Amino acid sequence: MYQLVSIISAWAIPVLIVFIPLYAAYKKVPVYEAFTEGAKGGFDTAIRIIPHLVGMMVAISVFRASGAMDMLIGLARPLLDKVGIPGEVLPLGILRPITGAGSLAYTTDLIAQFGPDSMIGRMASTIQGSTDTTLYVITVYFGAVGIRKAGYALKVGLISDAVGFLAAIAICYLVFS
Amino acid sequence: MVNWIWLFFILAGFIVAAIQGNIEAVTQAVFDGAKTGVSVCIGLVSILVFWLGIMRIAEDAGLLKRIARLLRPLVRLLFPSVPPDHPAIGYIMSNMSANILGLGNAATPMGIKAMEELQKLNPDKEKASPAMATLLAINTASITLIPTTIIAIRMNYNSASPAEIVGTTLLATAVATAAAILADMWYRRKHNRLPPPSERG
Repeated sequence: MYQLVSIISAWAIPVLIVFIPLYAAYKKVPVYEAFTEGAKGGFDTAIRIIPHLVGMMVAISVFRASGAMDMLIGLARPLLDKVGIPGEVLPLGILRPITGAGSLAYTTDLIAQFGPDSMIGRMASTIQGSTDTTLYVITVYFGAVGIRKAGYALKVGLISDAVGFLAAIAICYLVFS
Repeated sequence: MVNWIWLFFILAGFIVAAIQGNIEAVTQAVFDGAKTGVSVCIGLVSILVFWLGIMRIAEDAGLLKRIARLLRPLVRLLFPSVPPDHPAIGYIMSNMSANILGLGNAATPMGIKAMEELQKLNPDKEKASPAMATLLAINTASITLIPTTIIAIRMNYNSASPAEIVGTTLLATAVATAAAILADMWYRRKHNRLPPPSERG
């Protein structure tokens, strides 16, 4: 099982970048032209994130450098230690459903601090990649059609985020240790 | 909400630093944070340019529609209240397949289209219908095949194996999606037990 997860990690990207162009060529798509046409959008997408990430990076950086982050994590640590959740990833679990840029900034901060190949770095990477920003999705999707009462949709989103968070931690322990 | 969190981080940081007498750390952190923010985004350019190129090939080859067709039975199962030939079904399928390929830019417009169609079926225009809640649940958990942004950040910080989290992410996202679907079914059943007043009028 854990072997399988590592195999997927190693093969997913190479297989996709061979399969997609091959399939497209079979469908008579001019693959290289399609590639360059789509790739143009990548630069804009990356640049468009700058204001969000700078804003969040500064806020999180100030919060951590001041010692406030350690105080917050210290409060929760005794409880978290019992269930094996590293205190450092808890803020990520809280930020993830609320702000995409904020959780990306916090993930980056953890990776910079502990290294991408540390257990915390791997957990943060997995948590960040595995769910979307629930509040943002609700605002955009329901806002677009004028829904004011989300009903139980918010609860469902948050339950799924919490399960995804715990699953990411458990899976990282199983696969990487 | 985001406004408050942002304000909280900066204000709490300022207060704690002031009390502990290391206010210089705040200034340093501001410059460091801003610098990291920009360098991370610049680091994203390489992967995003490449990946969006690959994804355009997939789109032009009709792969999105292909995946969408495979999802039809699942969509029928998840949205029992939507008639099988209703246009909402098509948009939901496109939304899900774009999510799987990690095409956020394509997934959102399709999801909104699907919401508009579901809104036409919705008896109470201000309150989310069960079908709308299901569509939302699928999107908040959003199955991810390749988490490109994270891979790029791991590369920036010289990971020995930037893509090693592809498998763990896929597994975690599958668990989160399953939880979303189960939670949604549970709440939908509870919701259906109380007949909405609109159904009688």
